[in-house]
Amino acid sequence: MNAGTALTQDQSRAIRLLGVPFVYAVLLLAVPLGAIVLFSFWTQDFMAVDTTFTLDNYREIADSPIYAMLLQRSLMVSGIVTAVTVVLAYPVAYFISFHVAPSKKSLWLFLITIPFWTSYLIRVFLWKVILGYNGVINSGLIQVGLIEEPLTFILYNVNAVIITLAHAFAPFAILPIFVVLEKIDRSLLEASQDLGESRLSTFFRVTLPLSMPGVVGAVLIVFIPTVGDYVTPELMGGAGGKLIANMIQTQFLQLNNAPLGAALAIVAMLCVTAIALVFVFLNRRWLRGRR
Amino acid sequence: MSLRVYAIAYLIFLYAPIVLLPLFAFNDATIIAFPLSGFTTEWFSALKTNGSLHGALTNSLIIAGCTAVFSTLLGMCAARAAAMSHFPGKGGITGFVMLPLVLPEIIVAVSLLVILRQVLGLDLGNWTIIMAHVLICTPFSIAILNGAFGNLDPSMEEAALDLGESRWSAFRLVTLPLVMPGIISSMLISFTISLDEFIIAFFLTGSDPTLPVYIWGLLRFPAQLPVVMALGTILVALSIILLTIAELFRRRGIKRSGAKDTGGFL
Repeated sequence: MNAGTALTQDQSRAIRLLGVPFVYAVLLLAVPLGAIVLFSFWTQDFMAVDTTFTLDNYREIADSPIYAMLLQRSLMVSGIVTAVTVVLAYPVAYFISFHVAPSKKSLWLFLITIPFWTSYLIRVFLWKVILGYNGVINSGLIQVGLIEEPLTFILYNVNAVIITLAHAFAPFAILPIFVVLEKIDRSLLEASQDLGESRLSTFFRVTLPLSMPGVVGAVLIVFIPTVGDYVTPELMGGAGGKLIANMIQTQFLQLNNAPLGAALAIVAMLCVTAIALVFVFLNRRWLRGRR
Repeated sequence: MSLRVYAIAYLIFLYAPIVLLPLFAFNDATIIAFPLSGFTTEWFSALKTNGSLHGALTNSLIIAGCTAVFSTLLGMCAARAAAMSHFPGKGGITGFVMLPLVLPEIIVAVSLLVILRQVLGLDLGNWTIIMAHVLICTPFSIAILNGAFGNLDPSMEEAALDLGESRWSAFRLVTLPLVMPGIISSMLISFTISLDEFIIAFFLTGSDPTLPVYIWGLLRFPAQLPVVMALGTILVALSIILLTIAELFRRRGIKRSGAKDTGGFL
């Protein structure tokens, strides 16, 4: 009925339907993102914004060591959080996919996702209660007699930020890995064992490579958002644990320097995207090399 | 076997902070630390008479309600389109709509703040938060509703059309009841996300704070912390109830469309 590139009735209906959320996302995401890119090339001139095109904001970011330091610390924290979260989450995803009866799987996933949906702010604050000077861990260890003085290296520093973020993003890492593990054809694992591989080497030579797309998904879904978190470093980080997102927030809301804040946000986004792309690329090459 | 032990330990780790919440909410001491000193419901009574808290709660409920409705509507459009025929660029467009799922929230927050305040010069209020929350909740709605729409047999709606129903009434009478559990599940999830969301709300809130923004303010006053614990207990209990209902509806929806349950919300 339709020749060439003409669309069927169904197709044009689908386009119209998808057009609604698409237009919404363009108006509320693409346009605002364009606006901060534009803003980052402008400067704040006391109360008004000077709209002459300039690279001053980027120059300032490059010249002041504080921004490079914060960005570096942010990327390091996000990297560690991602590694910890994914490594800890993989066995759980594996367990649910391979060892839990099919009828129980969604119950397990539900139990894992519940904490993720409950008040983020309060969960972060509770870690302060756990790790604090008089906190659960310190008072517990003192009562048991393992330590005499409360441990101080677990609150108001980068460690505390890492622990709290790793806890907050745990479910995010499990789900993508689980989804990919579920799709693995179980007969491949049988074949591997029939051909004489041990269970361990079957895991490393069949299951793990096949589940890499899920691991990559988990890495990205943890790494990217954690760079943008300012609640955890604000509450848990103390003076030495502040991250780039705190600086962006300060520039926008306290120092009223939106252009510099916008430039910082863009630099942070570019770094995160670059690292994510390199990671995806390296993973592809590694997988191809194994074939 | 050892994997099972590990998975259970992991669950305990996930729930550890939440378990502490009611302990301190009912604890008869102003300092949040062990050992516990005694039982009291004083902190809960303090919540009842707190006017600014009630204002923040009302704001949050309005925002969460509107967000639930609008993000589910947008999600229905996308999920129904996804279940219909393929067209060029479909994957890219869907990917773009799903982007807020992986974008750092602070980026969404600052970009909306710039466009609303600096470019358009508008005043911030509940509606600005609603707009942003709809943006970040829509991907979750789409993920849930894809499960409901994707498993649907298109021949059922076609049968209604062949029997003389109009396109709209075929959708309303045949498809809508079948995907209703998914719709309810999506609305509950969006409601919960919006109710708890802090990072964006903090940037876009006007003169009246939302509940998380209000709690953020309280966290700076040590004397208020037991009240925060009591409030947190109620919020977490509420979230768990909403999520359980959402999960039950999601499962019912999948059963209704005759597909196998493949897992959780995402």
